[in-house]
Amino acid sequence: MAKKISILIVDDEPSVRDSLYNWFIEDGYRVECAENAKAALTMVESDTFDIILADIKMPGMDGLEMLRRIKSLRKDSIVIVMTAFATVDTAVQALKDGAFDYVTKPFDPDDLSHLIRNASKQITLSEENEALKERVVSLENIEDLIGNSAAMQSVLKEVESVAQSSSSVIITGESGTGKELIARAIHSNSPRRFFPMVSVHCGALTESLLESELFGHEKGAFTGAMYNRKGRFEMADGGTIFLDEIATISSKMQIELLRVLESKSFIRVGGNKEITSDFRVICATNRDLKSMVVSGTFREDLYYRLNVVNIEIPPLRERIEDIPLLVDYFIRKYCTSMNRLPVSIEPSALKRLQEFDFPGNIRELENMVERAIVVGNGKKITLKDLPLQKSMIVNSLESLDDVEKNHIIQTLINHEWNISQTARALKVDRVTLYNKIRKYNLKPLE
Amino acid sequence: MNEQGISIISFGYFEHAFLEKIADSVSREFMLPVQIREGHFDLSEYYDPARRQYNGNLLLKEVDAKYSSDSGKTFGLFYVDLFIPILTYIFGQAFLGGRTAIASIYRLSNERYGLKETDNSLKERFTKEVVHELGHTFGLIHCHVPACVMSSSTYVEDIDQKSANLCIKCRTQLLDQAIQ
Repeated sequence: MAKKISILIVDDEPSVRDSLYNWFIEDGYRVECAENAKAALTMVESDTFDIILADIKMPGMDGLEMLRRIKSLRKDSIVIVMTAFATVDTAVQALKDGAFDYVTKPFDPDDLSHLIRNASKQITLSEENEALKERVVSLENIEDLIGNSAAMQSVLKEVESVAQSSSSVIITGESGTGKELIARAIHSNSPRRFFPMVSVHCGALTESLLESELFGHEKGAFTGAMYNRKGRFEMADGGTIFLDEIATISSKMQIELLRVLESKSFIRVGGNKEITSDFRVICATNRDLKSMVVSGTFREDLYYRLNVVNIEIPPLRERIEDIPLLVDYFIRKYCTSMNRLPVSIEPSALKRLQEFDFPGNIRELENMVERAIVVGNGKKITLKDLPLQKSMIVNSLESLDDVEKNHIIQTLINHEWNISQTARALKVDRVTLYNKIRKYNLKPLE
Repeated sequence: MNEQGISIISFGYFEHAFLEKIADSVSREFMLPVQIREGHFDLSEYYDPARRQYNGNLLLKEVDAKYSSDSGKTFGLFYVDLFIPILTYIFGQAFLGGRTAIASIYRLSNERYGLKETDNSLKERFTKEVVHELGHTFGLIHCHVPACVMSSSTYVEDIDQKSANLCIKCRTQLLDQAIQ
């Protein structure tokens, strides 16, 4: 948060003041309390508060009268009124008198957060408005996105230009390239950054679970549903929903998703009330959606709905100049989290890392650096700390058949095509080995 | 940070292995020794029959008065539904920069939301909640890094979205405090 937002709580009940005070200081706000309207007005005259959260029913001057007086003192103040006795008349009157919003006590923690975020957004946006006209837009909160390579800079440029809009984005790239980080960078540089980015890993959920996760359910919708539960679309209201591994969703869910994207409304499982939510959707996949559309496994209409902007993240092997920066970043990250002094890396080890093709991309590099810090001597990462032999790393792009075929070829070469020795080494009988040789059409090199 | 470490006090039955796991995570995250103890309260004193919940503010004050000392941090684990007067429920509560925090496992279980219970998710959520509230006692406020354990969680799914660890920024702040 660039500027510390200040909140004044006005309520005659000490327990309410204490509760709200504790809640807001944990969020990093500057918080003051007043026990009645008179004390609050004195404070507003001498100090500036961004948000005033006031009870309506208070002894002496009530909240509505206080609201009118605050508005005459400071027209731009954001005043939110709260009461335990909600009536439509008082709500309408409060809003007519310039209240920003109106809430009924007690409220859900989520609703309170949402309310304050809305108010904070309004304050920050109006303050930033003038400055933004002059300022050259530069990306913020992207400390995890490391890279000076042309390929990475081009991705960051795309992030920068797409962040300000609300268009749907598909992020493509091999596994481990940092698709979720790019989604977070888009979200945290967009006007939606005051609201949550909600991630859903579609590939990890069954169809029915995904439906309940996305749309939520009502209390009593099914056995054991003791509470209402918001779905991810609802949680992402005002913010962004990130659908990872979008290519894995079933055709039924593709239809559901298309409907929600078009109407921005849905019904909770077991409910009958239509809920609207203002979210931006960002998807990620490591598969070729276009060819899935051609083969009929992914709906064309959904594809075009999602693919307004496509950001492709290059694999690490295509930006090896970023490896030293990434290694340095991971060293700092893990040494800090392990409470160790930063270690260095031997030039030969770094060179070897730059020669490696990293099928698991940045995730693999990160794991490698973390492991090297754990097993190393605590001062310098050397070649022996890095598990760089090809045989130790499974190439994630290979199919099971490819792995089997390559392993059989390698073993045959190691035993100079001696079938009995090779079969013993592979722990299969000779007939099986012959069958495999026939299946893969293997022949000794001339 | 003090020399005496952190006391985790269970009010109600929690499996010992579970408590050990929480203690382990807390000790690793805050680099302090952790001891597990049992506490006893008559919880009915904190029960609000109108809301059918337990007053988190009062319980926090009570744990602070009866179990905390100035030389360490004290954490009360509960299994009842907690609220504070203005909110419908809370997962936990702490004195920011103070010596005491509490949390309840009650609302963290998938069963409450009609979903299949997985032992791991419940334990992971509770561990994160304990580390989060303890972070407040060390003066850490809510963090804007989504994966940081100090990011705000108002929904149980929010807890699943974050890790059980402090981000670099919060850890640095914690270490700076320790040096001071």
